[in-house]
Formats: sequence, structure tokens, C-alpha cells
Amino acid sequence: MTDLAENLATIADVTAEAGPRQKRLALVASKGTLDAAYPPLILATTAASLGWEVGIYFTFYGLDILHESRHRKLKMASLANPSGPIRLPNFIGAIPGATAAATMVMKRWMKRSRMPDVAEFIEMSQGLGVTFFACATTMGVMGVEEGDLIAGCDVAGAAKFLDFAGEADVQLFV
Amino acid sequence: MTQASEIGDIQVADTLDTSGLLCPLPVYKAALVLKKLEPGEVLELICTDPGSLEDIPALARQRGDALLAVEDGDGIQKFWIEKGEVA
Repeated sequence: MTDLAENLATIADVTAEAGPRQKRLALVASKGTLDAAYPPLILATTAASLGWEVGIYFTFYGLDILHESRHRKLKMASLANPSGPIRLPNFIGAIPGATAAATMVMKRWMKRSRMPDVAEFIEMSQGLGVTFFACATTMGVMGVEEGDLIAGCDVAGAAKFLDFAGEADVQLFV
Repeated sequence: MTQASEIGDIQVADTLDTSGLLCPLPVYKAALVLKKLEPGEVLELICTDPGSLEDIPALARQRGDALLAVEDGDGIQKFWIEKGEVA
């Protein structure tokens, strides 16, 4: 066999093994409130269930979702969510206890609906092989060490994430 | 798609009841069971989330499984999904 024919045969073998290309979802999670933590995690677990390859880039306050001691204490403000879960005018949202109350109501809603909490969604995502990119710049700016994050995160700069996202079929910013 | 009268003929390898669960749990749990089945085996899936009527066909389409039959009535949806060759 000539070198060229050998090379072509190798390429054909590799292509046959790979099969149809897996779809890819690239998400950016930029917010660390309780209500904003759910959409990227729900979309990630769903896409991974559909057989897609999924990566989430956790950046700025979104990094709190990966923070070992913070991700179980995420809160949601009634401020800037004036229509729910507790219907308060925005100025009342600044009063001590308003955020705690809104957070409690949201958690109660999720529990009543038998929805997993954030920690459970993280576990489900990781079980399905979702890649968690932790924004390296956010870690530097906010003084977060790799040891502060949950296990299995991939510390990454923007270029590394874009390298992944550039090949994605769907890219969403949350 | 199979008519309701033929559903009894479908040989079911596993049954999953997701009654009371909302998106993404029916899809997530169904995918976990489908992963364990052999290609050609059938999962019988019970859902009560109205979104499942569109979500479960999408799951089958994206995973490469075949949706053999759907039953919808009294707020309960039943799906029979045959695992495909991939995934």
C-alpha cells in the first residue's frame, strides 16, 4: 500500500468510528442569584440528556454557582423582580429581610414543584459529563482559589471557552 | 405512529413513571433509563407535565430513538420509546 492510500484508509477508519458529529451547547452563566442559577443548569442537564456535549462558562457572579461554600447559599432579591415571588415595590427590597424572604419563597416554590436544588442540578450535570469552565479572570479579580470551587471544574480563560464555543451549535448567555 | 389498539403488542423492557415531575426531570430520567437499555428495547414512559408532549418527541429525535406510540388523556401522557443504535 502506498503512503497516501494508507493515510486515506486510516482517515476512513477514524471517520467511521466517530459517526455523526455530536451536537454542542455552550452556555455562559454570568449571574449568581438563586433564580439565575437554574436556567443554565436546567438547559445543561437537558442538552446532555439529549446526547449533546455541553460546557458552561461561569463568570463574574456566576462563579458563585461553582463556589463550594457559596453555591448552597445563593439568594434572590425581590429588588428588580418586583412582580414576584413576593410582590413588593422595589424600595422595600432594600429593607433588611426582604432578600431572605424572597429567597425563602423561591426555595419553597421549587421544593413544592419537586425541582432539584442548585447543588443537585450541579451533581446531575456533572454526572452527565457537562464541562464546568471556571473563569480564570473572575477568580483573580474576586480572590477565588481553585480549592474554593467544587471538584471537577476546569479553570479557563475566555479564549479557551471561545475555542469550545466556536464549535458549538447553540451558544447562550444567561 | 402506532394506533392505540396496537400498543398492547409492544414489548416493554422498562417502565418509568415521572408523574408530578416538571421539565427537565422527565427528559433527564428517561435519558438515564434509555442509556441502560439495549438498542431495540422499548421504554414505557409516563408523564404529567404538559410540556412532555413536545419534549419527549424532541428527546427521541435528538438521541436517535424511535417514538413508537403516544397516548394522551386525563392529564397523563404515555410514550413508548424504542432505543436507537446511537447513544
